[in-house]
Amino acid sequence: MTKGRARWLLLGPAGLWYAALLVLPLAVVLVYSLGERAPAGGYAPALTLAQYANLGSRWAAFQNTLLLAPAGTLAALLIAYPLAYFLAVRANPRWRTLLLVLVIVPFWTSILIRSYAWIFLLGGRGIPALLSDLGLGDIRLINTPFAVLVGIVYGYLPLMVFPIYVSLEKLDKRLLEASSDLGAAPWRSFLQVTLPLSLPGVATGSMLVFILLMGEYLIPQMLGGGKVFFVGNALVDLFLQSRNWAFGSAMAVTLVAIMLVTVTLYMRFLRRIGAARDDTGLM
Amino acid sequence: MRIYALAVYVFLYLPIGIIALFSFSAGRSASQMQGFSTGWYAKALSNPFVTDALKTSATVALISAILASIFGTMAALALSGMKGRIRVLFDALIYIAVMIPGIVIGIATLIALVTVFDAVNPSLEAVTGWRLSMGRGSLIAAHVLFTMSLVIIIVRARIEGMDRALIEASNDLGAGPVATFWQVTLPMLAPAILAGFLLSFTFSFDDFIIAFFVAGSETTLPIYIFSSIRRGVTPEINAIGTMVMGVSLALLVIAQLTLRRGKAPGQ
Repeated sequence: MTKGRARWLLLGPAGLWYAALLVLPLAVVLVYSLGERAPAGGYAPALTLAQYANLGSRWAAFQNTLLLAPAGTLAALLIAYPLAYFLAVRANPRWRTLLLVLVIVPFWTSILIRSYAWIFLLGGRGIPALLSDLGLGDIRLINTPFAVLVGIVYGYLPLMVFPIYVSLEKLDKRLLEASSDLGAAPWRSFLQVTLPLSLPGVATGSMLVFILLMGEYLIPQMLGGGKVFFVGNALVDLFLQSRNWAFGSAMAVTLVAIMLVTVTLYMRFLRRIGAARDDTGLM
Repeated sequence: MRIYALAVYVFLYLPIGIIALFSFSAGRSASQMQGFSTGWYAKALSNPFVTDALKTSATVALISAILASIFGTMAALALSGMKGRIRVLFDALIYIAVMIPGIVIGIATLIALVTVFDAVNPSLEAVTGWRLSMGRGSLIAAHVLFTMSLVIIIVRARIEGMDRALIEASNDLGAGPVATFWQVTLPMLAPAILAGFLLSFTFSFDDFIIAFFVAGSETTLPIYIFSSIRRGVTPEINAIGTMVMGVSLALLVIAQLTLRRGKAPGQ
């Protein structure tokens, strides 16, 4: 559409932004991760792997993240799939768009407010009070891994439903008719036709949710009350409280590395089982 | 199946519904509905901390959405139909900018800018008397990185779905590239640009984690809400939270409507 010099002028601001606010900062993090903590906090130049060797001291944060991020992804998937199936296959086409929009809308409102809503519901005078009125005794919900899991599912459910819906919606209904004409029971048609064909959506949704969960800070902070600690919480502590930039950088680099490796392995796995036939767009 | 779907919708809307409902409580308790009043809204809007934070958030969101829309549209125009290494490079950068966790972007921007500022401030101060520090500028810059990438994705999708024949017709009829751009291309892209602008505004207005790192001494509305929640749940937070959700919802509805209106003719 545009040629030569005009194209460079058009790309200029974006290029500048990516260079100064993406490439440079990420490079700084990489360099700082090889440095040391300055006595007064901040960064002191060095070339050492000491920070990486020390990662074990924050092992609990990695453990929680690597346990709860996949668990949250799986929980979101299990809740999202039937809904996506309902929207794509069973719902009245007249209402379909509206119902889909209603799923996505909460995702675009502040995650802070949505997590806050659960402090409200899971806190002492919310659901626990209701349960004890029913004679179920004192059950503590807030500041537990369960509360964090609820917050995760609540926060990221829309992101899981949408890609699964897209892949189910594209599914050729004649395949299901053929399957049932050939005598397959409905559940067998589902397992052998619908489910395999919807795997690309499952893969996209799971990956999006998993990636976002790896960097999560707000949900464990607000619903885990400092007891359920993610890598994100450790990063806030290291950069904003103890000001240990070198160690924090090493932790951030490790987090991104774990993400990249997991995503790559996952993609490879999907390609092997033949699911990644196409990529389902997010928007 | 239908009951299951209904249950999920209740799960999605009950919590935010309760916040909205309790924000109209007349009582002082955050978890008991006592009468009906809009008193907490009046109280929130007369709290100078809230109004200052609201002004900061709105200013940052507006400026970053404007910059993101302009720079993003420019880049999308340049990248459409482009091939080769530059295209691959930009695709990778857009992908990284969207996928990398916000917390990593926040940290990286914080330490990179602080390092640069510490390096240039002594000489800058000697010459001009000014010094650079973290604040609105760094917050806008960090938000534009993400929102500009969002605009590029949305506008590029629109360019790819656009009828090229119209542009060729305009050229054949003797319009120069500038006239074609203003009279044909831009009007066709307008809905996508507007949708990108509104989504950018919403993102910036709602963002907590990036602002937490790079806002310096500035307090945005999400930062204010976060620190108030630490001090305890109050009906005033319910009212502020409901207002914030209201703003996002209104912008989202407008964005959806403009995107849909833009798609209607000729597709």
